[in-house]
Amino acid sequence: MNVVRGKLLPPVLAIVFAALLCSIALLVSGGNPASALTAMVAQVGEGTTAVDIVNSASVYYLAGLAVAIGFQMNLFNIGVEGQYRVGAVVAAIVGGAISLPAGLHAAVIIVVAALAGAAYAAIPAILKVTRGVNEVIATIMLNAIAAGVVAFLISQDAFGVLRGNNIGTAEIAETGWVPGISFGSNGTVFGLVLLAAAVGVGYWVMMNRSRFGFELRASGESATAASAGGVNAKRMVLVAMLLSGAMAGLVTMPELLGRDHTYLITSPTGYGFTGIAVALLGRNHPGGVALGALLWAFLDKSALALDNVGVPKEIVTIMQGTIVLSVVVAYEIVRRLELAAEQRRVGRQNSGNGGAPGQPAGASAGGV
Amino acid sequence: MRRRMRGLVVTAVALTSALSLASCARDTGTQNNGAGNTGNKTGCTLAPKPPAASTTASSSAQDEQVDGSKLKVGLAYDIGGRGDASFNDAAAAGLDMAISKLGVSKDNTKELTASPQESEDAKQTRLRQLASEGYSPIITVGFAYSDALKAVAPQFPDTKFAIVDATVDGAPNVTPLIFAEEQGSFLAGVAAAYKSKSCHIGFVGGVETPLIKKFEAGYIQGAKAAAPDIKIESKYLTPAGDNSGFQDPPKGNVVAKGEIDAGADVLYHASGASGKGVFEAAKTANALAIGVDSDQYNQATVADFKDVIMTSMIKRVDVAVYDYVKAVAKGDVSTLPKVFDLKSDGVGYSTSGGKVDDIKDVLDGYKGQIVDGKITVKDTPGN
Repeated sequence: MNVVRGKLLPPVLAIVFAALLCSIALLVSGGNPASALTAMVAQVGEGTTAVDIVNSASVYYLAGLAVAIGFQMNLFNIGVEGQYRVGAVVAAIVGGAISLPAGLHAAVIIVVAALAGAAYAAIPAILKVTRGVNEVIATIMLNAIAAGVVAFLISQDAFGVLRGNNIGTAEIAETGWVPGISFGSNGTVFGLVLLAAAVGVGYWVMMNRSRFGFELRASGESATAASAGGVNAKRMVLVAMLLSGAMAGLVTMPELLGRDHTYLITSPTGYGFTGIAVALLGRNHPGGVALGALLWAFLDKSALALDNVGVPKEIVTIMQGTIVLSVVVAYEIVRRLELAAEQRRVGRQNSGNGGAPGQPAGASAGGV
Repeated sequence: MRRRMRGLVVTAVALTSALSLASCARDTGTQNNGAGNTGNKTGCTLAPKPPAASTTASSSAQDEQVDGSKLKVGLAYDIGGRGDASFNDAAAAGLDMAISKLGVSKDNTKELTASPQESEDAKQTRLRQLASEGYSPIITVGFAYSDALKAVAPQFPDTKFAIVDATVDGAPNVTPLIFAEEQGSFLAGVAAAYKSKSCHIGFVGGVETPLIKKFEAGYIQGAKAAAPDIKIESKYLTPAGDNSGFQDPPKGNVVAKGEIDAGADVLYHASGASGKGVFEAAKTANALAIGVDSDQYNQATVADFKDVIMTSMIKRVDVAVYDYVKAVAKGDVSTLPKVFDLKSDGVGYSTSGGKVDDIKDVLDGYKGQIVDGKITVKDTPGN
């Protein structure tokens, strides 16, 4: 009951609120909210949309987890955007250049992607650990640099191959492809959706069943308390950042090995920022992030259906923004309400026991 | 300390105003001389003019009646869509022309637009939506659709597709609508060389892609053909992959200003909506500018700067779209030009504003040489 109220109510309220707000926006601009919402829901059953939602969600999920791992210890890795693009390009270049037996080829590409992403994340990590540079500033800057690095790497001066008016990395040989799960005319689910799921499970195990996960969360709750408890803060920053970068490197792997087989100058950007939104929606919980990723993908695909029925597709962007904002606000409200309830409860207990008023429960439990 | 600061500021202000006064004076001094003179202090040492072109009038007399009322025309735009004041808008104009001239019913058209940063499956879904609703022909605007077409076109063999700016191999129902941007840009380069007083011109590209490099390559080659000693500034707003360079007028302004400060006094932009900033910079510095894609002298969005737009390199996406729809209505797309170039009037230059009227014979002369194959324009820059 309490769990339902604390965890599920805020996002549901946020979605309803966003839908209402968008309906008002549609009414003001002369659109029909009912037909828009119908089109959004109906699209899921049409053509390849359902499969596309799952495919995109796997990409957003990896990006969301990459962000979430930093969020867990209050480390704001805004650089997932740059890390995933560097990882994707380096992996695509390596994958296009080598020839290995099927299976191994794909595995090597995936490992390279993770390493490249981690290597790019190592820069802000080292800067923070050795020089105290704020990771937010460093990663934002490195995003801009990554755009230049990526453009250079896929230019014809470096590793790019001209394809009509487009440039991309050399195509990865078929041994490096990961076969999907075909649903006939309804599309093909990327094989690496399973990778995303596995990363999610791994994330959960690490966070909840490993010492590292405990230390990570402890650092997030209170850095000073964690270091007093023997957690090496610098090591935590470094490892969390590298793990985040490695996950970021994996972001495009489902698309790269399942469909595109090359990284083009027209390849989409912005997954890193989507990851931030998805991590916020999912409150850094692997299950929550998965739902957030699915919701985000559903809304993204809705843009197509709305455009097709003549509703301005920008309404989707409004909806996404509203949802993130209202989820954050809703969680904060619920948190404060629960805090107040907790305080009342403790206050009642304390007055009953005659304990010192204002003394938080268990404050002395871990005392020296 | 503070006084010294103030002194510095005063000196700086005084210096800049003196400098700007000086430059004003210089500008008024050269205004009287006019362009097109050889060996003068102002302007370039020009190469000999090409022989006058024999025939330039294009024959568009065979405008026979074609009935397109049965067609269901779908358009899939790239990011920006109708109203982007660039190539999407040009495609939209072609569709409008088909509606008014070929009797295509407006209810039988559908226009869909790409979202920024969408992934490949979104493009495929968009095309499948159109095709499964019975639209044929379906015109995709922009080379970003080539991979999506490669996947979707074979699934709808009876649907006719066209793609602007790309060719799709192995799909017989896809008609490429490609342009020789470098040829039109060559003429822009010639015009710039003739109109530059400092013999120093500039190019501002939106995003550093192979497509925009074609504009740059033709421009440079044309300028050097007209004036071998000319100095050329060339800059791009964003690297490949970052499409914001096509939608960033402030950045266009700064880069253009940089080129003007380096000495350039005629700027050619191929940067979509960022061109507004380039025009603004040219107007502020009393320089000239060359528009791109459509006749920008007559474009409402940049109307404030029309007096600096001496000509525009026209890429007739509208004509290509219209001709394609017409060819589909006639049932024969093989009559379309393989490449929309100077010869087929798929690219060209505009004369609105009358600023290039005095060198029209030169431009048409070079045009004739390109059409006759005496000059081959490269499509990649490089020395």
